[in-house]
Amino acid sequence: MSAKLTPKLTPKLTLGPVLFNWKPEVWRDFYFRIADEADVDTVYVGEAVCSKRAPFYEPYIADVVERLLGAGKEVVLTTLALIMNSREMKALRETAEDSELMVEANDVSACALLAGRPHVIGPYVNVYNEGTLKYFTDQGAVRVCLPVELGRDAIKALKASTSVNNDVALEVQVFGRLPLAVSARCYHARSHMLHKDSCQFVCDRDPDGMELDTLNDEPFLVVNGIQTMSHSYQNLSAELAEMQTLGITHFRLSPHTADMVAVANIYRGVLDGTLSPDQADTQLADLIGEVSFSNGYYYGAKGVDFVAA
Amino acid sequence: MSALLELVCPAGTPASLHGAVENGADAVYLGFRDETNARNFPGLNFSRPELEDGLLFAHDRGCQVFLAVNTFPEAGNPGPWHKAIDDAAALGVDCVILADIGLLNYAATHHPDLRRHLSVQASASNPDSINFYVDAFGVKRVVLPRVLSIPEIADLNKQIAVETEVFVFGGLCVMAEGRCQLSSYATGQSPNINGVCSPASHVRYEEDAGNMVSKLGDFTINAFGEGEPAGYPTLCKGRFVTAGKASYLFEEPTSLNAASMLPELAKAGVTALKIEGRQRGRAYVSQVVAAFRRAADAVEAGEAVPELGLENITEGQAKTSGAFNKSWR
Repeated sequence: MSAKLTPKLTPKLTLGPVLFNWKPEVWRDFYFRIADEADVDTVYVGEAVCSKRAPFYEPYIADVVERLLGAGKEVVLTTLALIMNSREMKALRETAEDSELMVEANDVSACALLAGRPHVIGPYVNVYNEGTLKYFTDQGAVRVCLPVELGRDAIKALKASTSVNNDVALEVQVFGRLPLAVSARCYHARSHMLHKDSCQFVCDRDPDGMELDTLNDEPFLVVNGIQTMSHSYQNLSAELAEMQTLGITHFRLSPHTADMVAVANIYRGVLDGTLSPDQADTQLADLIGEVSFSNGYYYGAKGVDFVAA
Repeated sequence: MSALLELVCPAGTPASLHGAVENGADAVYLGFRDETNARNFPGLNFSRPELEDGLLFAHDRGCQVFLAVNTFPEAGNPGPWHKAIDDAAALGVDCVILADIGLLNYAATHHPDLRRHLSVQASASNPDSINFYVDAFGVKRVVLPRVLSIPEIADLNKQIAVETEVFVFGGLCVMAEGRCQLSSYATGQSPNINGVCSPASHVRYEEDAGNMVSKLGDFTINAFGEGEPAGYPTLCKGRFVTAGKASYLFEEPTSLNAASMLPELAKAGVTALKIEGRQRGRAYVSQVVAAFRRAADAVEAGEAVPELGLENITEGQAKTSGAFNKSWR
């Protein structure tokens, strides 16, 4: 490989948007604590999953953003992954046009609306190769959080392609359940024999997602409204060092009810070299309880696998 | 001939192509025999010479040929995808069906005269997405994701200046197409990268206490009692347990059949009707195409949609109208 040495940049820890339907006050207090205590550089705020949830915590967004900015965090407003109706379309247009903050696009419509000014592309937009990466970079994307199924080989190829035009940063989710699918249908509502339009917001009963087991009681996936996620928690603590040498600069932690301040400290410790990946895994396992880790996508294996580094 | 509702039919093999053309397809869609198309299954698809023959056969009979190049090119290896587009242009296919933005850009730049349709795998479900693909890459038609109701399709068609094509029969994705990683999570093989979902190479059937258990990778997808036919373990059509209750949470093992809705779809401004099933044999394709030919002709003549008699071939003998009437809303 014609290896060009990528200068090792200071790694950034980012906190992805809360993907679950948390009570509005819980949501607000979570971000207040992140602002006050978490060693993360960037915080994504907003709704990526279901537009029906947003009105509940919207009154708190301004306070949350202010607190995060006051704490020196970069704040990025995130947007919906699936835009299905004119109300959602209108809200997206307003966010894209009015926001003074950086916006994360999770649907191609948002990429189009944000073209011509700096923006982030989230993991729900299919950026699988250098052709698409270059297209979006030319349109003003400054950072792309890669789709979850892309691994090491894709990262190498993408980074090689951007060595000439090195103005786009790459981000990878390193912690938390993986967003695997979105649907027009709400499986939380369906599981509770409710229709989506009268869902009673039952997804708020499962702040880390509703467990979905196989018929022989094996944990498999979790349901989060219209979204389906891995049951396992992605954990790329052991891959952080290699990803830095490959040119990844931003590492995303996806929020859970586990102590995210502690999670951030663990990943920061590994990035700083004060904590070994083994120590990190032991501490993370204590935080998340009886749930498996996965890292298979990184190695081109099944997403569910946990491959020894 | 410009039909009121154009019938776009699957051709997984040359034999199916012949069946579709002879039974009244206005267009057939097919893919090359590799990972550049989203039905990359063993024994399916076309070599270059087979495509040449297929083009002759179809064009002689007034039928168009669409080439699906609708997976997402592998990073660092765009060659096979670019070559598929180059060959499509050289061989004279009537359009390419694309999903990846980099590939759309390549096709629009290198082969501006080659007509481009947007694949369902791009999951363009709203006017701003669709208008982006039209403005940026000159897309002439959008295959709509199977998430929209008929009123939503009608509303969408008022806000876009491009033809729309909708699925009316066959397998049904319940997740937003092109945005589902369930298969790769369980098997390592993905629709977007490898062009396969729930691949047969990762399927096993096991006996367990009198039940037939179907597995995908290491996960049980379903279990069938004695005498119950054991269906194929497509991940999202499996039976799982949530909140202590086993159910087909994502979708029952049903097929889409929207034949009765063709008049409404025509009224909603839809240009083309798509039949799913490139993995199906000639007999199936011939029967379905002939039935939908009768239906489309009836709609064009202002008559009621006739009984199509397709009950014997729908998956699990059950059918659904999918998202079209949003019964699960």
